[in-house]
Amino acid sequence: MAALGRAALLLSFGLIAYALVAGSFAAWKRRRRLALSAQNALIAAFGTTVVAALVLWTALWRHDFSFVYVADHTSRTLPLGYRLSAFWSGQEGSLLLWLVVLTGYSALAVWLNRRTRDLVVWVVPMLAGISTFFVFMLCFISSPFTTAAAPADGAGMNVSLQNPYMLAHPPLLYLGYVGLSIPFAFAMGALLSRRTDERWIVVTRRWTLAAWTFLGVGQLVGSHWAYVEIGWGGYYAWDPVENAALMPWLAATAFLHSVMIQEKRGMLKVWNMVLVALAFNLSIFGTFLTRSGVINSIHSFAQSSIGSWFLGFIVICVVFSVGLIYLRLPLLRTKTKLESLVSREATFLYNNLLLVALCLTILWGVMFPVLTQAVRGETRSVSKPYYNFFLHSFGLPLLLLMGIGPLVAWRRASLRALGKTFLIPAIASVVTGGTLIALGYGSSIPGLLAYTFGAFVAASIALEFVRGTRARHSLSGGSWLGALVELVGRNRRRYGGYIVHASILMLAIGIAGSSAYQTVRERGLHQGQSMEVAGYTLTYERLQTRQEANAVATRAVVDVSRGGSHVTTLYPGKNDYPVEQQVSNEVSIYHDPRNLGDLFTIADQIDKNGTLFLKVLNKPLVNLVWGAGFLFVFGALVAMWPDAVEQRKLAERYAPGAAAA
Amino acid sequence: MTIALVLAALLAVLAVAFVARPFLREPAPVSDRLDELSEPERRRLELAEERDRALEALKELEFDHRTGKVSDDDYRLLVGPLRRRAAETLRALEPRAEARHERITSSH
Repeated sequence: MAALGRAALLLSFGLIAYALVAGSFAAWKRRRRLALSAQNALIAAFGTTVVAALVLWTALWRHDFSFVYVADHTSRTLPLGYRLSAFWSGQEGSLLLWLVVLTGYSALAVWLNRRTRDLVVWVVPMLAGISTFFVFMLCFISSPFTTAAAPADGAGMNVSLQNPYMLAHPPLLYLGYVGLSIPFAFAMGALLSRRTDERWIVVTRRWTLAAWTFLGVGQLVGSHWAYVEIGWGGYYAWDPVENAALMPWLAATAFLHSVMIQEKRGMLKVWNMVLVALAFNLSIFGTFLTRSGVINSIHSFAQSSIGSWFLGFIVICVVFSVGLIYLRLPLLRTKTKLESLVSREATFLYNNLLLVALCLTILWGVMFPVLTQAVRGETRSVSKPYYNFFLHSFGLPLLLLMGIGPLVAWRRASLRALGKTFLIPAIASVVTGGTLIALGYGSSIPGLLAYTFGAFVAASIALEFVRGTRARHSLSGGSWLGALVELVGRNRRRYGGYIVHASILMLAIGIAGSSAYQTVRERGLHQGQSMEVAGYTLTYERLQTRQEANAVATRAVVDVSRGGSHVTTLYPGKNDYPVEQQVSNEVSIYHDPRNLGDLFTIADQIDKNGTLFLKVLNKPLVNLVWGAGFLFVFGALVAMWPDAVEQRKLAERYAPGAAAA
Repeated sequence: MTIALVLAALLAVLAVAFVARPFLREPAPVSDRLDELSEPERRRLELAEERDRALEALKELEFDHRTGKVSDDDYRLLVGPLRRRAAETLRALEPRAEARHERITSSH
């Protein structure tokens, strides 16, 4: 079996290398059949990589411990779901997942755009160039098909990874990370073929949106995993690996906004190229951070010595993209200028500057330990206050801009028009801020600002829907619901975007509520003793132990009551994994429907005499963070749903020969 | 091991056949040159994008005006140049129609 896996990967290597070399030559010398052949090689590489992946999955499923990878990451008692997810719990498997997704995306993108030959001809070697790195690593540096004498049992899986969220979190993140390769390849392909029209943007619009959505949802799923698995009561700790996924997402968010200015006004061509290159390079950098072990992180489960290879690849990618953009600068110049600093495009520009500034300050924070080690010989790192300062400095204005943007017209807006459109959101924000202060919630300035700005954004989004529906209703009559559906259907990107904005607002409210207004209590309890937290009484009743598939589970039975009435029973505890020789914290949570928050319990320590050191957190509004994910996906789907009218218009614009008709 | 090698060889044959397909299908093509946009075609495409941008901007302006986001004064200020731009690109994209229009105009 391992031989088939190795052979399939070698075949992938050959096909991808051919696609790179033959594809480049064909594009340079304008050879049609050779270009098609290179394109086929890239598509075939997906098939051979899938075969390699199936071999690894089969080995994991069958407990084939002659595969070193299987022996290192699974055991006989590991449940089937985790055995299959072990595919991405180690470095070699993760690299293979990268390659499967990358070749899959490449094959699909190239096939869907096979008729745009003069653009795709350079996209094929670009995608092959990226794939070459990963397939080279898999064939010669870090193979998942290394074999040895099979041990009786495997070493098992890191217990933190034995969580249902881990079945989805890494694949979602990879779908996002790798997805950013497509807009990058098309952007660079457009520069190489000197096609600086909007074709590459039109082609990659949905790819970028999909990658961005996957990356966003992947991070949210990862946050929820950290929340329920790590057992510290939080969901984001500014860990380098967490930041690694956030940075490309921020860059892609900036790109998604600025690309609209290019489409609508023909401006920012250079800036968009820079952003698409930044997002891609940060996605590779994120993988480097996760895999290299260069920075300490609780999420780096597969550290090894492949960091220098990644570093070399990142340098090549950065030099190539910067060099190419510089060489093509004359083609990217535009005549259109910003007409007014008070216009929709100007607010997009401010949004871009804030997003990129936030992204770069996070990058600086992530790299700080490495830089201090290199310059001063001692590792110093920045901590939560650094990140929080910049999150407040850039994030709060970004939140406000999310509300301002939709109210401002394209090209220019007069003060009179602004006064009219800003009136209701401004009143909503002032009333919200005043009410919060009156209710005694003014203790946290960032929290207060977040809610005040949030009210502005909510009112602005609601107004957009109301005014739009009213305008549509006056034009076409019918029912109000019909007018709303028609409004969204005719402007999917705009209103899908507003729904996404609403989800970000939900997220911000959830984060602000659960961090600025949370209560934490910790106490040692003997059986029968109680503690009070945020109006709840928690009584430690007894300990119970049970045998699970691959762990011994110890749980404290904790009764929760409020005002003398029983609310629920919680079971915080620990799992002892004998094969892995690790103990995990198992938290227990009560979702409070009154404040959309959680009563979060952690058994910090359970002594042999049965004493429980219980940590309890009351986190108001935290469930809005998770609810925001659903709204985010819905908004993204609305925005990327195909629009037949638009498709027809674009097909007409780019049809072969249409331009010359 | 043998089965694995046979499967690998089969996979290799399939992959090579697929890669060689363009040459097998057209062993002696009339032209092996990749299509490329000529300069007039590029210019046409630029104009088509410009036309769509102007028409889209007009649509947005109308809608923003209707929803109260654009005042009457701003609307009057912005709509003229946008209409002119849209008309210019439409004319540039249809030189024959334009020539015909000119002929008709001059004959009257």
